[in-house]
Amino acid sequence: MLQIVLAVALSPLLPVVIQRVKALFAGRQGPPWLQGYFDLWKLLRKGGTYSRTTTWVFRAGPLVNFACLLVALLILPLGGLPAVVSFDGDWILLAYMLALGRFCMVVAALDTGSSFEGMGASREVQFAVFTEPALLLGLAALARETGMMSLSGMYGELALTGEVPFRILLSAGMFILYLAENCRIPVDDPATHLELTMIHEVMVLDHGAVDFGLIQWGGALKLWVVGALWSGLLPLGALRHPLALLLAGLGGLLGLAVLTGVVESVMARLRLLRMPQLLVGAGMMCALSLLLTFR
Amino acid sequence: MRAAALRHLKPLPVTEVPVLSMRAFRREILASVEDGWRLVSFHGAGRPDDAVRLTAVLALDSSGELKVLAADPGESYPALTPVCPQAGPFEREIAEQWGVTPEGHPWLKPLRFHGSYRPGHVVWPELAGENIQPSVMDFFDVEGEGIHEVAVGPVHAGIIEPGHFRFHCHGEQVLHLEISLGYQHRGVERALLGGPHPRTIHHMETLAGDTTIGHATTYCRAVEALAGCQAPPRARALRAVSLELERLSNHTGDLGALAGDVGYLPTASFCGRLRGDFLNMTAMLCGSRFGRGLVRPGGVGFDVDAGLTARLLESLEDTCRDVAGAVNLLWETSSVRARFEQTGTVSAAMAVQLGLVGPAARASGREMDVRRDFPADDAHYDDWSIAMLTSGDVMARARVRWLEIQRSAEFIRRCLADLPEGPVRMECGPPAADSLVVSMTEGWRGEIVHVAQTGAAGRFARYKVVDPSFHNWMGLAMALRGQEISDFPLCNKSFNLSYCGHDL
Repeated sequence: MLQIVLAVALSPLLPVVIQRVKALFAGRQGPPWLQGYFDLWKLLRKGGTYSRTTTWVFRAGPLVNFACLLVALLILPLGGLPAVVSFDGDWILLAYMLALGRFCMVVAALDTGSSFEGMGASREVQFAVFTEPALLLGLAALARETGMMSLSGMYGELALTGEVPFRILLSAGMFILYLAENCRIPVDDPATHLELTMIHEVMVLDHGAVDFGLIQWGGALKLWVVGALWSGLLPLGALRHPLALLLAGLGGLLGLAVLTGVVESVMARLRLLRMPQLLVGAGMMCALSLLLTFR
Repeated sequence: MRAAALRHLKPLPVTEVPVLSMRAFRREILASVEDGWRLVSFHGAGRPDDAVRLTAVLALDSSGELKVLAADPGESYPALTPVCPQAGPFEREIAEQWGVTPEGHPWLKPLRFHGSYRPGHVVWPELAGENIQPSVMDFFDVEGEGIHEVAVGPVHAGIIEPGHFRFHCHGEQVLHLEISLGYQHRGVERALLGGPHPRTIHHMETLAGDTTIGHATTYCRAVEALAGCQAPPRARALRAVSLELERLSNHTGDLGALAGDVGYLPTASFCGRLRGDFLNMTAMLCGSRFGRGLVRPGGVGFDVDAGLTARLLESLEDTCRDVAGAVNLLWETSSVRARFEQTGTVSAAMAVQLGLVGPAARASGREMDVRRDFPADDAHYDDWSIAMLTSGDVMARARVRWLEIQRSAEFIRRCLADLPEGPVRMECGPPAADSLVVSMTEGWRGEIVHVAQTGAAGRFARYKVVDPSFHNWMGLAMALRGQEISDFPLCNKSFNLSYCGHDL
């Protein structure tokens, strides 16, 4: 249970880490470390405003997305520590939880009837066409490499047996997935104010108050969930103590956030029509790592 | 009778402006444009008998020639726009201001949504009322399966001016962009009538706030020319320095904003600060970061001493070194180049047809620069080399800015090192009566044109302002054709046009 509590409590730190790294590169100070919590505290206390054109679908989106991420956390091992719940095939449930959350966010955006949000929703779905198979391929590669069918089993076994080329290929693919799923540069620019270029941000333009708080929190949780899938690939075989494993997992998440900040600081965003090439690239790396298991 | 030759900043008696028949007027303009001349101004002016007289000023950049001609159109005339697209906005403006219909204009809509200057003469009866709402009118229609419209503005997400953009898209691809402005219309041209007043200079300084020096300099040269005097050499040098400082700050800010639009953090952050450093240098000259109060008829409002000159030069060196570092990062980063290259391309032919000016025209291979072609009677810009590229994309517009930054910095260095001695301001007499003068300046956005015409008492009977944005907005609309809608902010920033300069 500790893992879920930690995820819910600590995840708002991750976006701040990214922002502070970017601020360091830009010669600015950046937000206070606790800014994520301040924002949540502010948003969760606010009263919402809802357009008359929206229905319950609009309100359900952020809530279902948040709930999906909580379910994902239940079956998610962190840094080699097994998950709370674990069963054969839970990795497919994980992929579907991410997909269901996305679906609900997309229909919530479409529910507003705004052309901006429709555009963002269409982009979100267009890119999901590439990221979802890539994620499934990656997890399938893990399952074959380790011979296990549950996430906890896969990551636990990988820590002991995983080979270096396999780890490198898969973690490269998963890193791109991490950037794409979390709307970071070079796929999306979370800092932009330009509606026409946005993907994720434009889908949530009409959300406010508690809904927006859940979206922010959900975004932080997604950094945690996809980040944990990546940091589990680190070679942690030498560690035995559960506390050491936990700290290694947290360290992996932190390092990944720092790395994301660096990426966002040194490169521009890709042209929208080029994005599929990058995402197909991620899919290819996951597919190649799957191929590596057929020897 | 043909057009009359005109010299830049030399007043011409109004009686010497040839008044042609509408047919000859039209033929003369079309033939000249065919020969490479460019419409720098085309405007109407009211006459005592409630009629309208159209005046056109044409320029040939390669030889630095200007000519002027006029005609009385009556209530309508055959439009020039179908043959000469650069007349498009001018004819819409004439129709809106004077109620004269250009017959056969392909897209006759008001530009600024204000009432007619001639009560009773309106082209759009539905807009004759008191409360005209900008943009409430027909828009281009595109039909077909999968076509959708995206409306952006007039209120935008960033801190910018209001304007309405309507995109017709097929998926992510833009088929057509229609830009509808007018929200910033203040009636400046009407307020200038009967001038120069004491407040005229303030109107000029606020025509477009980021071009304070550019418009104020253009105006001051016009009234000085009408009065038959010239500002002292030291004042002219200081004006030139401040004009280039304005260019430096805006170009630097634009390059930073271009980087910001593609999410490239380092250049965006540095240029934001460095733009402020250039603005502060203008403030060192006159106490205002945007140069308010600096340029005044007869000279400049503030002198510099040796100490200030040294500090300016020192600050220029430091800032330019940092700008070079920040901007070169753009060219060295492949992900940035991938976004800039082949985005928002304006072909050379299109730039000529639309009559684009300034960096946008030079990026499309048009060799023109008022500093070289129509220098104001002093030698500061001798052997000015034009920053020109040919690819016409966002990359070219960005690189032209960078080339101009380097040349402007070099110019300021030379100018400050060799400032003429003497007074910085003199008294000018009243403007000559019944004269017409054309004053042009290369502002940072491009060619600023003021056409001043005085009446019998030596007061302004017509004062026409043509901001570079007036020509270039159409260039932005055309640059977007066939592009991805997500690249609009980037293309828009690469032009960075003025809303209030257009809306006046």
